[in-house]
Amino acid sequence: MLTLTCPCCGVTAEETELAPGYEAHLKRFGPGSTDAEFESYMFARKNPKGVHFERWRHAYGCGKWFLAARCTATLEVFGTYPAQTTEPPAAILDAIRARRPDWKA
Amino acid sequence: MSTRLASGGRLIDRKTTQKFTFNGTWLSGFSGDTLASALLANDQMLVGRSFKYHRPRGILASGPEEPNALVNLGRDDRLEPNQRTTTTPLFDGLQATSQNHWPSLEFDIGVVNNYAARFLPAGFYYKTFIHPRAAWKHLFEPVIRKSAGLGRAPKDRDADRYEQAYAFCDVLVVGGGIAGLQAALSAGRRGDRVILLEQAAHWGGRAPVDGDAVGGMAAGDWLTAALEELHALPNVTLRAACTATGVYDHGYVLAAESLADATPGDGRPRQRLWRIRAGRIVTATGAIERPLSFAGNDIPGVMLAAAMRDYVVNHAVSPGDRTVIVTNNDDAYRTALVLRDAGLAVPVILDARPAPAGPLVEAARARGIRIEAGRAIAKVQGGKRVTGVQICLQAGEGAVLEEISCDAVAMSGGWSPVVHLWSHCGGKLNWDDRLSAFLPDPARPPLNHDGRAMVTPAGAAAGIFEPDAILTSGEVAGADPDSLGEVQDELLARQSVVVPPVWVMPQGARADLRAKMWLDFQNDVKVSDVQLAAREGYESVEHTKRYTTLGMATDQGKLSNINGLAVLAQALGEDIPQVGTTTFRPPYTPVTLGTLAGEARGEIFQPLRRTPVHGWHESHGAYFEPVGLWRRPYCYPRSGESHADAVKREVLNTRAGLGLLDASTLGKIIVKGPDAGRFLDMLYTNMMSTLPVGKCRYGLMCNEQGFLSDDGVVARLDEDTWLCHTTSGGADRIHGWMEDWLQCEWWDWKVYTANLTEHYAQIAVVGPKARALLEKLGGMDVSKEALPFMAWSEGSLAGIPARAFRISFSGELSYEIAVPASQGLAFWEACLAAGAEFGISPYGTEALHVMRAEKGFIMIGDETDGTVTPLDLGLAWAVSKKKADFLGKRGMERNHLSSPDRWQLVGFETLDGSVIPDGAYILAEGSNDNGQRNVQGRVTSTYYSPTLKHGIAMGLLHHGPSRMGEVVEFNKTDGGTVKARVADPVFYDKTGEKQNV
Ligand SMILES: [Zn+2]
Repeated sequence: MLTLTCPCCGVTAEETELAPGYEAHLKRFGPGSTDAEFESYMFARKNPKGVHFERWRHAYGCGKWFLAARCTATLEVFGTYPAQTTEPPAAILDAIRARRPDWKA
Repeated sequence: MSTRLASGGRLIDRKTTQKFTFNGTWLSGFSGDTLASALLANDQMLVGRSFKYHRPRGILASGPEEPNALVNLGRDDRLEPNQRTTTTPLFDGLQATSQNHWPSLEFDIGVVNNYAARFLPAGFYYKTFIHPRAAWKHLFEPVIRKSAGLGRAPKDRDADRYEQAYAFCDVLVVGGGIAGLQAALSAGRRGDRVILLEQAAHWGGRAPVDGDAVGGMAAGDWLTAALEELHALPNVTLRAACTATGVYDHGYVLAAESLADATPGDGRPRQRLWRIRAGRIVTATGAIERPLSFAGNDIPGVMLAAAMRDYVVNHAVSPGDRTVIVTNNDDAYRTALVLRDAGLAVPVILDARPAPAGPLVEAARARGIRIEAGRAIAKVQGGKRVTGVQICLQAGEGAVLEEISCDAVAMSGGWSPVVHLWSHCGGKLNWDDRLSAFLPDPARPPLNHDGRAMVTPAGAAAGIFEPDAILTSGEVAGADPDSLGEVQDELLARQSVVVPPVWVMPQGARADLRAKMWLDFQNDVKVSDVQLAAREGYESVEHTKRYTTLGMATDQGKLSNINGLAVLAQALGEDIPQVGTTTFRPPYTPVTLGTLAGEARGEIFQPLRRTPVHGWHESHGAYFEPVGLWRRPYCYPRSGESHADAVKREVLNTRAGLGLLDASTLGKIIVKGPDAGRFLDMLYTNMMSTLPVGKCRYGLMCNEQGFLSDDGVVARLDEDTWLCHTTSGGADRIHGWMEDWLQCEWWDWKVYTANLTEHYAQIAVVGPKARALLEKLGGMDVSKEALPFMAWSEGSLAGIPARAFRISFSGELSYEIAVPASQGLAFWEACLAAGAEFGISPYGTEALHVMRAEKGFIMIGDETDGTVTPLDLGLAWAVSKKKADFLGKRGMERNHLSSPDRWQLVGFETLDGSVIPDGAYILAEGSNDNGQRNVQGRVTSTYYSPTLKHGIAMGLLHHGPSRMGEVVEFNKTDGGTVKARVADPVFYDKTGEKQNV
C-alpha cells in the first residue's frame, strides 16, 4: 500500500487510487522496426531490485498518468514527475544520487 | 487439579457470574475471565486434541500465542473455529466446543496416530505423494481426511456485520505496556497526533502482574497516572482490544478491533478493521515466553511460567496444587513466588543453569523453596494431566535422579521479542547471545517513502526487560527515534538479564525422549522431526519449515520458531544467525474474513451500475446477468416460460416484427480536437479520419501486440468530433487506453476525450417494423433516404431530443436511439406504448447474442481471448493497408501472427442439429506427449438458432476458410463427440438485405 504524490493535482494518493502502468521511458517501436527492437519495446522489461522508473495513473483521482522513481527493494520514493518527458528530469536524478551515490542510470 | 482461589483476581468481578457451555456442559465463571481462565477455574485443563497425533492438549499460554486451546466458538450463523480461549473474553451464554477429536474429547479414536507416529514422520506427504499412489487412494487419504483439520468451517451465512474505518496519525504506537504508554506520552506531549493500540482489553502489559516498580512508583500507580495523562491529551487516541495485524508499505497498518465479540447480537458491528496511515510506527509489542523442549512438554498441566502467574494474579485461578518450575532464567522465579503467595505448593525449581543467582533467585531461596541447579526434566509423567516429573541432569542424557509428583509444570525457556511488525516490511534482526533471542537491528529498519526508518521498536520488543530501561526506551522511541540505536545499545549493555541457550532438555537426550519433545504444539512437530529433516538434507530454515510444517499452523509458530531453528542449527552444526529466521508475514494473529470484507458483502459487495431503464427491467421480471459492474437483462421470461423458451420467443419476435433492447451500457467516448482524426487513425486498425460527418463506421482496436482488444461503431459528429462506441465491459479500459497514449506518447497532439457512457440511454429499436414505430413516435425523418444504413442524424423522437444511429447488430432493420439519460425510461416506455400495435417486445442479451451469431458478427471476449488477431477472424477488410502506422500494426507483422498457418474463424452446422457444448475443441488425429487428444481448433460461440431451428456455432479452425464443407468432430462433456460441417459464419441473410432497407 504505497503512497505516491501525483505531480498533476498534488494529491498524495494511496495505492488503491492508482493504477500501475509498468516501466517508464519506453521508446515505442512501430512499423519498420527490427524484431529485436520490437522485442525490446514490447517484452524485455526491466525488473531491477533497486532504483526503477515506473508509470502510474491517478486513476481514481485526476485521471492523469505520471512517472515515479522509486526503489523496489526498500520502497523509498525518490520523486514523481509528469509523464510528458522522455527521460527523468535532473532533479529526480539528483534525488536518487543523493541516496544512492553508486547508482548508474 | 486447577481451581478458583478463594481470594484475589485483579481482573475478575466475583459478583458477576457468567454461565457458559463447553461441549454442552454448563459451567460458570466471572466477569473479567477469559474463556481459558474460566475453563481452568472449572478444572477443565484438557481442551483439545493435537492436529496430527490427537494427543490430549491443555492450556499452555495466556495470550495470542496459545497453540493448543482453540475451540469452535458460537454456533450456527455465529460459529467460528480456531478461536483462542486465552484471548476470548468470557460472556454470559458463551458456547464453545473442543476441536479435532472423534468421537469425543475424552475418548478419541484418532489418538491411534500417536502410536503410529513412526509412520507419520517429517515430510510424510512429500515422501508418499509420488509413491505409492494406490496407498493414497485407499489408505492415507481416507484416514487423514477423517483426522485432519482443526475447527469446523461454519456452514451458515455470518449473522454479524463488520465495519472498516480509516485513521491517520504522526505516530502509531502498537502495544499498551509500559514501553508503549511511555512512547505515546512522549510523542503526545510533543503535540504529535498519536494512536495507541493494545491487543488486550487491559493496559499495562506484564507490569501489573510482575509487580516491579516503574519510575519509582508501584506499577499500578504509574499505570493510572499515565492513562490519566494520555486520556487528557486531545491529540492522543487510545484503543484497547485492537490488534495491529500487519505493517505495510509507507506506514500503512491494519488493525482489528473487537467491538461486540462478547455481546453477540447487540446491534453493533462485531469487529472493526482500522486502516491506519501513520507517519511512523513504534512497536512496543513485548515478548513471548518460550517453552522448553523436554519429553512430555505437551501434557496438559505443563504451562508457560508467566501464563501461570497471569492466571493466579489476574483471575485467581490456580492451574495446579503442586507446581514444578523448570527454567533457564530468573523470570520464572516470579511464578514460584506468586504461587507461594497464593498458598500453593512449589516442590522444586529445576534450573538448567549451573549456578543461578540474583535477586529473584535469592527471594525464592529466602522463602525456603527448593532450588536444584543444573537440573532438567527428563520426562513429564501423565496422560490427560500431569502426575509428576522425572528429574535428571541438564548436562546428561536423561538418567532419572528423582521423581516428584505434581499436577502442573511451569516452564520458561526465555523470551522472544515480538519482532513481527518490525519485520513485515523488511526490518532486519540481529542475534543477541546474552538474551538468546533475535532483536531488531536499529541500523537496518524498514524504510518509509522518504528513506527514513518507518518502525521503531521499544521495550521488550527491543530486548529491553528492566522497567526503568523500558521507560527510557519508550521515551526515546516516542520523541527522538533518530537517537534510538545508540540508546538501545547502551540500555542492552547495562541490563543484567541473561538467558543461556537451553534448546533441548537434557542437552544429550536419548532418541526416545527427543521423539516426545514438542516444538510446534499445534502442528505436532517434535525435536526428532527437525533433526530428521536436517539428516535428510534440509539445510534452509524455509525448506525445513515446509517439510516438517514447523510454524505453519494458525499460531504461525509464535512459540515454536526460535526453538525449532535452534534445534535445526544444532543438527546442522551451525550458528543460529547463520540459519536465520523464516519470513514474518502478516497477519500477526488471524483476522476473521468478515472483518477483512467489512461492509463489502451481499448487495454492496461491489458497486452496481444501473442503466436508466434498470428499474423497469426489475419490475418486469427480467432475468439478469452480470456484464462488468452492470446487470443486464438476459431475457424477460413470461410466467411459466423457461429462459431458453423466452430467448427463442424474443429472437423470433424481433426477426418477424419488432424488438427493443436496452443498449445503454455500450461505451460512449467523445474524442475531439484538431488532431482527433489523426489520433483515431492510430487507435483503430481502419481509417477513421476519412469518415464523413453524419456517417458511422465499424472499427477494431488492437493492443500493441496486434491482438484484438475492442470493437464498436464510430460516428463522426462534426468536423473535429468523433463518438466512439465501445463494448459494454470495455468503456473504462478503452478510455484509459486513449488517455495513456495521449498523455504519455503523443502529448503534443491536440485531442480531448470524455467518457459519456452514463450520460446517455441508448435504446435499440430492431426489426422489420422499427421504422414504422419511429415514424409513429414522430419528430424526425427516419426514412431510408434521410437516414440510410450506417448514417446517423439528430432530432427528436416522441418529443425527446435524440440521436438516431442506423446500425445493426442483429441483421435486421435497426436504429440505436441515444437520448439523455434522464429521459431514457420515458423513451423506453414511449416505444413500448406506441409499439404495442406492432407486437413490440423487449429482448435481452442472450437474444442479442443469438442474433449476432446468426449473422456471423464477432463478440469481443467470445471470438477473442487476447491471442486472436483481426485477420484470424476474417476481418482483413477492417485493417488498413494504407496507413503507415496504427497500434498493433507492427505486432501483427510478427511472423507467427502473419503466418497463414493459424486457427481462423469459420461457422459450423451440426449434422444432427444439436448444439455444440461451450468451449469444445475440434479433434485432430493422434495424441500429444501427455496422452491428450490433438486438437485443430475450438468453438468460440455456440447457440441454438430459433431462426434456423438447429445448432449453429462459430469457431477457430486450422486453415478454416479453405475447408468449407468439410466435416469435423468436436469433443463433448459426456466424453462423446459431435460432428459438424464447416460453413460460412454468416448463417442468416448473407447479402444483408434485411438490415439495409
Ligand atoms: Zn492527480
